[in-house]
Amino acid sequence: MSAPSNNKVVKWVDDRLPIFTMMKHSAIDYPTPKNLNYWWNFGSLAGLMLVIMILTGLFLAMNYVPHTSMAFDSVERIMRDVNYGWLLRYLHANGASMFFILVYIHIFRGLYYGSYKAPREVLWWLGLVIYLLMMATGFLGYVLPWGQMSFWGATVITNLFSAFPLVGEHIVTWLWGGFSVDNPTLNRFFPLHFVLPFVILGVVVVHVWALHSVKSNNPLGIDMKTPQDSIPFHPYYTIKDLFGIGLFLMFYLAFVFWAPNFFGEPDNYIPANPMVTPPHIVPEWYYLPFYAILRSVPDKLGGVLLMFGAILILFVLPWLDTSKVRSCKFRPIYKWFTILFLVNAFVLGYIGAQPAEGTMLLVGQICTVWYFLHLLVLTPVIGWLEKPKPLPESISSPVVKKSGEAV
Amino acid sequence: MRSMRKLFTAIAAAATLAVATPALANSGATKLEHKEWSWQGMFGQYDKAQLRRGFQVYKEICATCHSMNLVRYRNLMDIGLSEDDVKALAAANEVQDGFDDTGAPKMRAGLPADKLHAPFPNEKAARAANGGALPPDLSLMNKARKSGPDYVYTLLTSYEDPMPEDFHLMDGMNYNPAFPGHQIAMPQMIFDEGVTFADGAPNKKENITADVVAFLNWTAEPELDTRKGMGLKVMIFLAVMTALFYALKRQIWSRIDH
Repeated sequence: MSAPSNNKVVKWVDDRLPIFTMMKHSAIDYPTPKNLNYWWNFGSLAGLMLVIMILTGLFLAMNYVPHTSMAFDSVERIMRDVNYGWLLRYLHANGASMFFILVYIHIFRGLYYGSYKAPREVLWWLGLVIYLLMMATGFLGYVLPWGQMSFWGATVITNLFSAFPLVGEHIVTWLWGGFSVDNPTLNRFFPLHFVLPFVILGVVVVHVWALHSVKSNNPLGIDMKTPQDSIPFHPYYTIKDLFGIGLFLMFYLAFVFWAPNFFGEPDNYIPANPMVTPPHIVPEWYYLPFYAILRSVPDKLGGVLLMFGAILILFVLPWLDTSKVRSCKFRPIYKWFTILFLVNAFVLGYIGAQPAEGTMLLVGQICTVWYFLHLLVLTPVIGWLEKPKPLPESISSPVVKKSGEAV
Repeated sequence: MRSMRKLFTAIAAAATLAVATPALANSGATKLEHKEWSWQGMFGQYDKAQLRRGFQVYKEICATCHSMNLVRYRNLMDIGLSEDDVKALAAANEVQDGFDDTGAPKMRAGLPADKLHAPFPNEKAARAANGGALPPDLSLMNKARKSGPDYVYTLLTSYEDPMPEDFHLMDGMNYNPAFPGHQIAMPQMIFDEGVTFADGAPNKKENITADVVAFLNWTAEPELDTRKGMGLKVMIFLAVMTALFYALKRQIWSRIDH
């Protein structure tokens, strides 16, 4: 391996630790399909969001006090007396929602273009692990301001674990560090919320490692075959990602500056009070589809198992999908079912925010059945029955043809 | 499992009690009036004169029962009070600060760094003076309710609405269709000419209420003016930067067939 520069210092370092070679290999030369569309921007955007969350979170942690009698006021001190503390907190609070929006789009892109299929199963698993860690981190973070929704959200969510037979109650006591959500709970949630993002960061590194080993999927879902099919990551995708980052920052900061509490619940500006239950306890929006699945089952243990199952089942999706074709572009039937699956998830999210009764409950149950029907039955069956459209010979052939037509 | 069910039942029961019990016969939705506020929209900013009038309303009316624990006297300089005024306001009340050499609580005159003087020393005292009800701290009120400013405005101006004949009003409560359950422990406090403003601004009860709602919004979001001002600059910067990135992207990608 030769050093990527004639600079003597760079050469000296690179001969002892090939860090420059590695960077050149994986961030500059890295061969990327030339036909990626803008849906492929969301992975790097999510990575950027993780960095923003860790940085804003670090400075917030310097001013936050994890004690039930001081947490709420310490957050308000950040908002009022810490220099640009309001900016840090609004960046962090809205950043959590943005992170989930980006990751949901990233996941759906994977579903639509079949990015979970061989040889990318491990890449897909690592992504799901990141997603699960994000759910845990988001929940822990929402508890920290110690407002009414923090407290009651923590009470409801931790109580889910009590549904498990025999060990359930013990798990809950262990999570709480006592017999109710109280100071020991807050005290352990804070360090956990601080450390989990670094675990996420670690898994992201492995996720990217796996990606660079199997290379990016692309909208056609076919492998790169010839050098004409790929382009170096830099400058083509660095500039495309930067453009995406610009657009995303405008979207994100519009909330931070003009609607900073859009994703929040007013009740969380009331200090936590164990004696007063809010009339309507709702989790953060990004859990709502799963909350709807939980509540659609009359039996609590069944609900909890189904809710966790809804995510765990995605781990075996690469084997549930029996079609050899990756991209929905060439799957005339499954394409529409994938879009319907997305619509179904939106409906579940809406139901999750409504009181679980009457029509809402029924619609939630139908959507829950559809969620599992889609993954467990329709996905394998359509894979067998569907006749996919003919695949192009290579990535560059349709690209070249298209540009030829345009001329 | 059982405790889970118990918890959900308890939550549902508490929710029903909190929302439904006082209403009983009245299942109607709460009233909400939408007003135009100076700080709304992309370019919205506070009207400092209105904030000062609102502070006067808070001081003369609300502060008899409601605390404002997150606001300090020095913050009032941000809405245009002079340093001398702030010092004088703070010094009007004594605060306990440590103990003297014999161990007795030491009192001193208030300083600009102290929080606004609370009407009651603690929750028990507040409840005892208000027939068992606790007047909530108002610092974050506008953020702690859905459509905060409109909600507070509607609440304060709906006391004179006619009460339905079949409405069962509990002892010591007041009818108010803007409050969940339609009855509230707080009586009507704002009346026409209830406050006289030094700047001669109109003082019908609607004007007084709008002024105090503006003040409450400032106590809840004191950073709003800075935030929106910074937002405009950041957006202009980002728009230019993104446009340049786009131009560069087109230029770089024109080197290849795609």
